[in-house]
Amino acid sequence: MSATTSAAAPAAKPRSFQEIILRLQSYWASKGCAVLQPYDMEVGAGTFHPATTLRSLGTTPWAAAYVQPSRRPTDGRYGENPNRLQHYYQYQVLIKPSPPEMQDLYLGSLDAIGIDTSMHDIRFVEDDWESPTLGAWGLGWEVWCDGMEVSQFTYFQQVGGHDCHPVSGELTYGLERLAMYVLGVDHVMDMPFNDPDAPIAMSYGDIFRQTEQEYSRHNFDAADTAKLLRNFEECEAECHALLAQDATDPKTGKRIIMVHPAYDQCIKASHMFNLLDARGVISVTERQAYIGRVRALAKACADAFVQTEAGGWTPDSTEIATETA
Amino acid sequence: MPDLLIELFSEEIPARMQKRAAEDLKTLLTNALVDAGLTYASAGCFATPRRLALSIDGLLAQSPTTTEERKGPRVDAPEKAIEGFLRGAGVTRDQLEARDEKKGQIYYAKITRPGRPAAEIVAEALETAIRSFPWPKSMRWGTGTLKWVRPLHSILCILSSEEGAEVVPLTVDGISAGNTTRGHRFMGPDAITVHGFDDYQTKLKRAFVMLDGAERAEHIWHDATNQAFALGLEVVEDKGLLAEVSGLVEWPVVLLGSIGEAFLDLPPEVLQTSMKEHQKFFSVRNPKTGRIEKFVTVANRDTADQGATILAGNQKVLSARLSDAKFFWENDLRTVERQGLEGMGAPLGNVTFHNKLGSQADRITRIAALARTIAPIVGADADEADVAARVAKSDLSSEMVYEFPELQGIMGRYYAKRAALSDAVADACRDHYSPLGPSDDVPTAPVTVAVALADKLDTLTGFWAIDEKPTGSKDPFALRRAALGVIRLIVVNGLSASLSDLFGKGFAGADAADLLSFFHDRLKVFLKDQGIRHDVIDACLAMEGNDDLTLLVKRATALSDVLGTDDGANLIQGFKRANNILSKEEEKDGVEYSFGADVKFCETDEERALFAALDAAEAQINPAMAAQDFAAAMQAMASLRAPIDAFFEAVQVNAESEIIRRNRLNLLSRIRTTCLGVADLTRIEG
Repeated sequence: MSATTSAAAPAAKPRSFQEIILRLQSYWASKGCAVLQPYDMEVGAGTFHPATTLRSLGTTPWAAAYVQPSRRPTDGRYGENPNRLQHYYQYQVLIKPSPPEMQDLYLGSLDAIGIDTSMHDIRFVEDDWESPTLGAWGLGWEVWCDGMEVSQFTYFQQVGGHDCHPVSGELTYGLERLAMYVLGVDHVMDMPFNDPDAPIAMSYGDIFRQTEQEYSRHNFDAADTAKLLRNFEECEAECHALLAQDATDPKTGKRIIMVHPAYDQCIKASHMFNLLDARGVISVTERQAYIGRVRALAKACADAFVQTEAGGWTPDSTEIATETA
Repeated sequence: MPDLLIELFSEEIPARMQKRAAEDLKTLLTNALVDAGLTYASAGCFATPRRLALSIDGLLAQSPTTTEERKGPRVDAPEKAIEGFLRGAGVTRDQLEARDEKKGQIYYAKITRPGRPAAEIVAEALETAIRSFPWPKSMRWGTGTLKWVRPLHSILCILSSEEGAEVVPLTVDGISAGNTTRGHRFMGPDAITVHGFDDYQTKLKRAFVMLDGAERAEHIWHDATNQAFALGLEVVEDKGLLAEVSGLVEWPVVLLGSIGEAFLDLPPEVLQTSMKEHQKFFSVRNPKTGRIEKFVTVANRDTADQGATILAGNQKVLSARLSDAKFFWENDLRTVERQGLEGMGAPLGNVTFHNKLGSQADRITRIAALARTIAPIVGADADEADVAARVAKSDLSSEMVYEFPELQGIMGRYYAKRAALSDAVADACRDHYSPLGPSDDVPTAPVTVAVALADKLDTLTGFWAIDEKPTGSKDPFALRRAALGVIRLIVVNGLSASLSDLFGKGFAGADAADLLSFFHDRLKVFLKDQGIRHDVIDACLAMEGNDDLTLLVKRATALSDVLGTDDGANLIQGFKRANNILSKEEEKDGVEYSFGADVKFCETDEERALFAALDAAEAQINPAMAAQDFAAAMQAMASLRAPIDAFFEAVQVNAESEIIRRNRLNLLSRIRTTCLGVADLTRIEG
């Protein structure tokens, strides 16, 4: 990978939300990342994508970039708040091992989406990242552009209770906020989604205003809490059950540990918890307990992943010592 | 004598860690150099967001040669022992010297350690410092194992003298030391070769880096106040923020911006907190109105448009932030108008304070009852104290305090005013958390004092009842602070109350005696800070009524004052002499001399004078004690010094006549009784 700070003349400003996404995609593709597709499940943040959580474990090198639709039920505002949404997009980059020029690569991506660093004030402000649900933490910054947080930049130190060796560099861009800034839009719903000169020009609101209303009502008042609680328990049980199965598949005789299917259940449980939280049925004391249960699932998946080939296991290795801290 | 320059260049170091890190680098290096025999003339350390730098002047070019003489085995010792000695001392047999001693011939070795060049010592010291650096939090990156606060990119390490500069050869985890650095990330990114500290600092400045944090802070403050002054405004001073901001920039550019008209009516504390916490802006105030009207932000670069784009961006972010704050403020005011302030606090029933002490709402009910009891003691209206206690924590349920916890109390006061509650209640909402730190102002408004005391006493008795007391350095519920708060509230307001009684009215089940002794320990710390000796405090703690802190402090202060006088200090000697003689004779005779001294058995004028003095002193002391005028009582007690001294000078207590001896012992007993009535002087040292 090569750095491009103070690249050539800054590209012309993008004109729509999707153009910003497209530019990020082609920028990170040009820097050697595999451009993945979003994970097909409800997640709270791009970090939950197995391409980040699981792939940051073990020694196998990895470089991926992807858009991840993310859901935070408690942030629903019926589409009225200028910058709060219960469904939004994150752009996520994970490179393992983190290259020495990670910061420069990142700054290059700002150039690519039309932020001219010679006119703006870009700052790396301390922000240590911790995900209690994933049992993960890292050190890094929130990146400020003229006083606005435009990205999160983290060097993963631990995921699912495992020390990261080598360390992954992770970037997360809050796409709506970043795009509103670049496009000079004050309300997210007014932001052009496709080319504003297209025959059928659509705004973010044309696409998402109604869904924000529907989901806000659902998340706050209508989601069936009894069902959610039941689902949470079921997902939890299934996650453990899948991981408890023998590593050797009785049908094929191959070593097949079902880490990803188990992790799917962890993701689901986490989303159930978020919905229950939005419904206001989880008390302060219970909250910690639920978070602890999701973390236990994430940890179990991480433990299992490092016993797979993608996680660094080889037929020669017996049990890989699990590094827990 | 060469000079040493070190720079550790990394990705952005958290602002709060920079100053300490620069000092740690200096301490680690200079200690290691001095330990290795390299002395130096002076050292200075610096930090910017991307670098720690250390400059050491006048370093020895090499460490001095040292010699040590080591005693070995006897000449006729076994071969193995001698070989072992040779190995340990690093010498050969022909270098040994045999000396005649009492026990025979003994080998001696002279061990000479040649001096080592500075570069070698520096390289070792720096590598050790980097590998063991005491960052509060550190990390690994890439495939490496080295830990640093953020990825470390380069090491500059040069020794320079008139002949020129040489790089100190050193490699840490693949990073080799050199003589280059880089300037500002955007304005001066190219490599710079440096020859010494002055050259380094000058070239950095040319590459848009102000090396010295103090200079950056000074520059920011100077520019900010000038720009504000030009508009007839003033920057709200905030040293912590200034330190933080100067740690976020290498090239500070001060920009002054406006707050949207729509937000100017928000409480100034809200504007200030929102701008500071989220944006790290300074508030700019109109001194005429006290309103916050503008802000100062500090950018990290010059731009072709003199910062216009940057300022516009910052203003926009601020508007979004303040829209949120305004939204919370308006929602909170609506809640108060609809449900009253107590209604705003209703959700506190669902908030657990501690699982053994119930919810916040349970706690508030207890505090209200306690505040009602305390009200008469502090001169507050009981109903008003009750109301104040019921609403004082309501703002914990407000949206604003949820967003900005540091505004607790401050918002409570605004919401109380909106709920048309009295000023006394509104002030109690704001001030009942006080005093928090040992130097905080102590509230004096009666209603506030009642709620503040009730709040803290409920906490203390509660945690005592469930046996969650502070141990050693662990005090997770800040109970020491709460006790100190109670002490200061009582003492500063001169409240007369029995702590034991108050404990009895707090959370049921607390061991009052144990809690009282905890208070006494805190009081000792408190009084010691005021220059009162621990033995003086002990002398007063031993007296009746030691759970009335006002009384206790008055007594201790008076005693401390009187001991500071010549009479007082000597009186203690006289008292001790009297007490010692008396105790000894009482032990010998097996009786207590406590009554019956009669002036008619006096043989000397000194005895008679002491009788008269005791009569006079008692006549003053008793009413003074009754009136709790300890100063007067102590003064009267101190007046006994001269007659007691004269008595001991002239009179032999153990007279031959048993009648006279007893009379004298009974007279000494009067001294003891009189003095012990004032304070337990037996506990005074010296």
